Amino acid sequence: MWNYTDKVKEHFFNPKNSGVLETANAVGEVGSITCGDALRLMLKVDPDTQVIQDAKFQTFGCGSAIASSSALTEMIIGKTVDEALTLTNRDIAEYLGGLPPEKMHCSVMGAEALRAAIANYKGEEWVDDHEEGELICKCFGIDAAMIERAVTVNGLTSLEEVTHYTKAGGSCQTCHEKIEEVLEAVMAKTGVLKPAAKHTPGTVGLDAIKPLPAKPEPAAAPKLTNVQRMQAIMGAIEEMRPQIQRDGGDVELVDIDGKDIYVRLTGACSGCSQSAGTMMGVQMKLVEKLGEFVRVKPASLMPAHAG
Amino acid sequence: MTIPNNGVYLDNNATTRVDPEVLAEMLPLFTEHFGNPSSMHAFGAAVGGKIEWARKQVQALLGAAHDSEIIFTSGGTESDNTAILSIIEAYPKKREIVTSVVEHPAVLALCDYLEKKRDYKIHRIPVDNKGNLDIDAYRAALSDQVAIVSIMWANNETGTIFPIEELAQMAKAVGAVFHTDAVQAVGKIPMKLADSAVDMLSLSGHKLHAPKGIGALYVKRGLRFRPMLRGGHQERSRRAGTENAPAIVGLGAAAHLALTHMGEENTRVKAQRDRLEQAILAAVPACFVTGNPDNRLPNTCNIAFEYIEGEAILLLLNEQGIAASSGSACTSGSLEPSHVMRAMGVPYTAAHGATRFSLSRDTTDAEIDHVIAVVPGIIAKLRTLSPYWEQGAAKPKEFAPVYS
Repeated sequence: MWNYTDKVKEHFFNPKNSGVLETANAVGEVGSITCGDALRLMLKVDPDTQVIQDAKFQTFGCGSAIASSSALTEMIIGKTVDEALTLTNRDIAEYLGGLPPEKMHCSVMGAEALRAAIANYKGEEWVDDHEEGELICKCFGIDAAMIERAVTVNGLTSLEEVTHYTKAGGSCQTCHEKIEEVLEAVMAKTGVLKPAAKHTPGTVGLDAIKPLPAKPEPAAAPKLTNVQRMQAIMGAIEEMRPQIQRDGGDVELVDIDGKDIYVRLTGACSGCSQSAGTMMGVQMKLVEKLGEFVRVKPASLMPAHAG
Repeated sequence: MTIPNNGVYLDNNATTRVDPEVLAEMLPLFTEHFGNPSSMHAFGAAVGGKIEWARKQVQALLGAAHDSEIIFTSGGTESDNTAILSIIEAYPKKREIVTSVVEHPAVLALCDYLEKKRDYKIHRIPVDNKGNLDIDAYRAALSDQVAIVSIMWANNETGTIFPIEELAQMAKAVGAVFHTDAVQAVGKIPMKLADSAVDMLSLSGHKLHAPKGIGALYVKRGLRFRPMLRGGHQERSRRAGTENAPAIVGLGAAAHLALTHMGEENTRVKAQRDRLEQAILAAVPACFVTGNPDNRLPNTCNIAFEYIEGEAILLLLNEQGIAASSGSACTSGSLEPSHVMRAMGVPYTAAHGATRFSLSRDTTDAEIDHVIAVVPGIIAKLRTLSPYWEQGAAKPKEFAPVYS
């Protein structure tokens, strides 16, 4: 059984604003019957004030699809059309106290129905541009379509890169086989993956036992002064903040103690089950920037005398 | 009507309650009879005797010629994997496998893997709209290149039964090994494997009132076999690892009870299933039975409620204390509805609302009454929410959303 919040259950068992709105002047119909979801959103917009006076829905879908639809109508009634357009699927999920990662697409469907209805009201044509595939990373809710896009657009070739770009596989790390499968499939399609050289069975090709070309000695990393090092750390954390803020969280640098770098996660990150994954991400970024190994630790682990 | 005590459990194809008699047989294995059957001393010998007793019970349930044909495993999935991997290792030159599109993932996912990573050619035999196997396609797929055929005895979602004896004989005629996943069929269909062409058969304890984590693989005497787990000499070196003695004894007790109750499954339980099904079909518009109603397990009934979605149905049933299951995408976390419904060509609007009620010998008439009383209201409530349903006219309406 899904771990639905009380708010989801409340909106599923007693949905608000369900049914047909006879006086609607804006209707949005979206869905994917293959995914088992379809939603008709009906709005009554006051043409003078642009305020959504009433909203009703009909939904073919699971518990969270019905709850997301119900929540959406509650969130938009009384708002102007332009205010309503600022709502995202994350807002719907948040209103419901969160949705399981497998069910986030239900909130996406709500946000799309809203855009479709408002486009219908304005007499515009609305084109759905989102696609989804099999859920790969349950921790961060990343599906196959998103990974494929990231791999294709950025020319990624390794699991580590996929994790850097999409966060997929960065937390519990149990989906790595699936990520590698998606990666292989895309690389095979784009031809990046060269087939292995053919050998007589049981033999190893000569190319495989050729001595490796001598690697150029890595240029010694210029030794940073303490001030430069501190600035590099601050810069790297600053670069990461927008991504973390997009998820409703934030990160701040608290102290640097040799190899130990103390940070504090705030906002949605504090108490989030994924915060360990976020910390790992920060650490990887810092290691990359500094060219030396460092440990990122939560500020709560700082030695007492340093506080 | 009040909800019967402890709820109404109609999800017995998912798992069953451990029979109290089974539990009673098991308990001493945790306390006084805790020995390792491989040990020389009396502690071990007592357990060894119980395991051989259990093996004989499973042999009797399957109608096998020899008790040594039974290998205890951790369950249906291990049995299925062992059967297929064993045979392709024993016949490395044969590079083809025949299975059906409606198999359990324990077989299908393994075949996908063998196709992708080991270059096996997999024939997945289709079914018709009632879930019956396409025998012509099956015949066409068979050749001397086929190492193993693995086809289920009865389908877990619809209960539809395949003509296993006929299929096995056809497979033998081309020299292929025949394996059947009989996880749902064992205990409900009488079997006599001693006189059968079936070479290998998987069963699972928890589908027949034994505990979870125990199952068995039947391997006909003389069949080439390569173990999946290597190690100690347990199970005559065909499945290494210290025996799960309490669960094995539980499975033995459950097999004994299943043989006793098989008549009841096919009379009383079947009558309850039929009463439930007919009452729902009569009371609810736009719904139909999936699978083949004329040839299926006596305990299973799968009804597709059109224009509504299965998870929502299950959540509302759960509110009424009723446990059932669904072929909808949402209950599994995948995006596609059940591969079984799709294979039968059930339209998406119905496949998502396919709801399985699976009974057992524990099911009572009062429980069936309760389900009959609440289902029509639940379906009607969800249809008022559905954009595909015209409430006043009680019929489907035009709705064509922008698909993503």
